[in-house]
Amino acid sequence: MADTVKLKINGMDVEAPQGATILEAARQIGIEIPTLCYMKEINAIGACRICVVEVKGARTLVASCVYPVAEGMEVTTNSGTVYKARRATLELILSNHRKDCLTCLRSQNCELQKIAKDAGIQEVRFHSDNLEPQIENSTLHLVRDNSKCILCRRCVAVCKQNQSVAVIGPNDRGFDTHISCAFDRNLDEVPCVSCGQCITVCPTGALTERDETEKVFLALADPGKHVVVGAAPSIRVTLGECFDMPVGSNVEGKMVAALRRLGFDRVFDVNIAADLTIMEEAHEFISRVQNGGVLPLITSCSPGWIRFCEQYYPEFIPNLSSCKSPQQMFGAMVKTYYAQKEGLNPEDVFVVTIMPCTAKKYENHRDGTSALDGIPDVDVALTTRELARMIAHSGIMFRDLPDEEPDEAFSENTGAGVIFGATGGVMEAALRTAVESITGKELPDVEFTAVRGTEGIKEAAYAVGDLNVRTAVSSGLANARKLLEGIKSGERQYDFIEIMGCPGGCVNGGGQPVQPQTVRNFTDLRAIRAKSLYDMDREKPLRKSHENPLIQKVYEDFLGEPGSHKAHEVLHTRYQKREKYPGVKV
Amino acid sequence: MPNTKTVVPFSAAPGQLEKLDAVIAGYKGKPGATMPVLQEAQEIFGYLPEEVQIKIAEGLGLSLSEVYGVVSFYTQFSVNPKGRKQVSVCMGTACYVKGAGEILERVEKKIGCKAGSVTEDGQFSIDATRCIGACGLAPVMIVDGDVYGRLSPDQVDGILEKYMKG
Repeated sequence: MADTVKLKINGMDVEAPQGATILEAARQIGIEIPTLCYMKEINAIGACRICVVEVKGARTLVASCVYPVAEGMEVTTNSGTVYKARRATLELILSNHRKDCLTCLRSQNCELQKIAKDAGIQEVRFHSDNLEPQIENSTLHLVRDNSKCILCRRCVAVCKQNQSVAVIGPNDRGFDTHISCAFDRNLDEVPCVSCGQCITVCPTGALTERDETEKVFLALADPGKHVVVGAAPSIRVTLGECFDMPVGSNVEGKMVAALRRLGFDRVFDVNIAADLTIMEEAHEFISRVQNGGVLPLITSCSPGWIRFCEQYYPEFIPNLSSCKSPQQMFGAMVKTYYAQKEGLNPEDVFVVTIMPCTAKKYENHRDGTSALDGIPDVDVALTTRELARMIAHSGIMFRDLPDEEPDEAFSENTGAGVIFGATGGVMEAALRTAVESITGKELPDVEFTAVRGTEGIKEAAYAVGDLNVRTAVSSGLANARKLLEGIKSGERQYDFIEIMGCPGGCVNGGGQPVQPQTVRNFTDLRAIRAKSLYDMDREKPLRKSHENPLIQKVYEDFLGEPGSHKAHEVLHTRYQKREKYPGVKV
Repeated sequence: MPNTKTVVPFSAAPGQLEKLDAVIAGYKGKPGATMPVLQEAQEIFGYLPEEVQIKIAEGLGLSLSEVYGVVSFYTQFSVNPKGRKQVSVCMGTACYVKGAGEILERVEKKIGCKAGSVTEDGQFSIDATRCIGACGLAPVMIVDGDVYGRLSPDQVDGILEKYMKG
C-alpha cells in the first residue's frame, strides 16, 4: 500500500499521508478548517460539527477532524452547503452560550468568539431561556460556569486520557446534558487533583482559575505589608505568550521588570528555592540509600501529583520525599531567614508566588506544615495568566520593558534550578548534586540527557560510585498511574523517581497561558517551552545547586546542614491518605 | 428528566453485595461491561445507589463519573429506590393532551417530591411514565396498583390522602 494518497481539496491537488484526516490535509494547502471539540489523539469525536466539509459522493457533510483522506477523494471546504451548515451550527451553539464577552476572563482569547468573528456572525436567530450564570466555585483553584459551556468535552478528555482522574463527564441526556461530577457533586467532594489541565483546554470561559489578583493588588496597596514575589522557573519562558510573543520566548528580564513596576517591595526568584529543594532532596535520597530507607524515593514538587498520590495511591506515601515544593520552600525561607535578616515581623510579610499551576493554590492550604505556626508560607499563588492580567491592568508595556535583575537577598540561582520547569529537570538537577556528593568527584558532564524530552515515561540507570541508580521520570498522571502499577506488580524497579502532574511538566502546567487548540494540535508547546529552559541552563555560569554561593551561605548562616533539624522545621512537610469519596461508606 | 439523588440511606439486604461482586467478577476485563453490569446490579438492588456505583467503578477500573454518566443517560436506570407506595402518572400523548402535566404537578406538590425521586421517609415515589395503554381513561394515574382515570387535578389530593393514612 502506498504511503500517501492523492486527493483534491477545493480543486487543488494534495498529496497527504495515508490515514491523515481531511483537516490535516487541508493545512498542507494553507487552509485551517475551524474546530471546537477536536483535540489530536485524545478527543477526536467529531461532535461539534463546526469542521464539516463536503466530500463528493458522501451522503452527508463529514467531520473533517476524523474523516480520513482516500485516493481520488474530492473535498470542498467552502461550498454553499458547508457555509450554511457551519453558520447554522455556530448559531445553535451560540444560542445556548451566555454571551457575556465584555465581562468574560477569556474575552479575546476565546475560541468560540474567534470562530464566530471569523464567520462574520452578526445575529443569532435562536434563543435559549435558561442562560443565567451557573457558577461552581467549591474548590480553591477553579471556577466553572456551565452557562458558557459548549459541551465540547475537551476538559473531560484531558481529565481522563492525560490525567486518568476522570472526575468530570457528561451527565444526563439531550438538552439536559451538562458537564459535571458524578451525582452532580461539587468538585471539592470528588477526587479532583486540582491540576487545572481542564482550564487550559477549555475553548470558552466556562473553566477559569479562581482569580486572586485582587488580593495581591490590595496587599500591594497596603503600606503595612512588605510584599515579596517570586516566579517559578517555567514562568519566564511562557509569560511572553500572553503578550503575543512567540511560544518559548525567554522573558526573564522583562518579567522581573514588570513585577517591580507592579510595586512589589522585593522581587526574588523561586529558582533559588528549586536549588534548595535539590540540596534537601539529594540529601534525602543519599540518606535513604545509605540507611536502608524506603525506596524508590519519589519527588514531591508537584502538588497535583501529591494529591493524586494521597487519594489514589496512598500506599506510596512512604516513598514521597518529605521536601516541600520549591514554592513552599520559597515562602518558608522568605518568612523566616529573610524576615529575620531584615528585622521584619513575619506577620507583615506577604508572599506572592507566580506559578504555572492551579494546584499551587490548593497547596497553600494544605494543613499545618508551614514553617511558622499559624502563618502560611505563601499567601497567594497566582498563575501565569493572572500575572499577565495584573500587568495588563496596570498599563505596563510588557514588550517594551528593559531586562532587569531580581533583588539580591534571595535570588541567585543555578542552571539546575532553571530546568525544574521541564519534565526530567528535577531528576537531572538532583543527579548533578547527588552524584558529586556520593563520588566526591566533579562530574565531567552535567547533562543527563536520557531524562530529557517529552515522552510520558523515561528510564535511565546511572553508575554512581559502587551504586547503580535506576531512575524513572514521568509526567501526566496517566503515566504516573502506569509507572506505579508497574512498581506494584514488580515489573518495574527503581531507586529514584520524578513525577510531575502535568504532561511535559510545569511548562505545560494548568496555570500556563491558554493557547487555542488549533495551535496545540499542531505545535508541541511542551518541547518548545522546555528547550528555552535548557538553553538558559547552558548559559548559566553555575549549573549545580550545591555550587550556588547563596545556598551555601543560607546553610552556613541559618539552616546548618541539609536534612538538619532546622531544615526539617522549615523545609519539610508530611502527607496523609485522603478519601476518594468522603462521606460514602463502600 | 434529570435523575436527582434523594436522601434515602442505602443499606444492602443480606447476600446482595456478594451477588454484585460475582456479577462484576464475571464481566471484569471484558469490553462493553458497563451496561450489563449496571442492568444486573439494578435487578439485585432495585436501583443504583452511589455505593453500588462506586463498587462497580472500582471493580471495572472506571471512574465514578464515567459510571454515573451512563446511569444518568439512560432512563432505565434509577438512582433512587422505589417508595413503599408508587405513584405513576401517565405522560403518554393522550394523557398529556388531557392535562397529565397538571396532574403530575399536583401529585408532586401533595407528596412533596419530584417525579423520578422518592420521599425522605421512603413512603412514596413518583414516576412520570410513558403510555400505559389506557388512553380511553386519559388522564390516568396509578397509585399503589390502583388505576384512576378521567382525572381532574382537583381530585388528586383526595385520592392521595387515602394512601397517606394507610
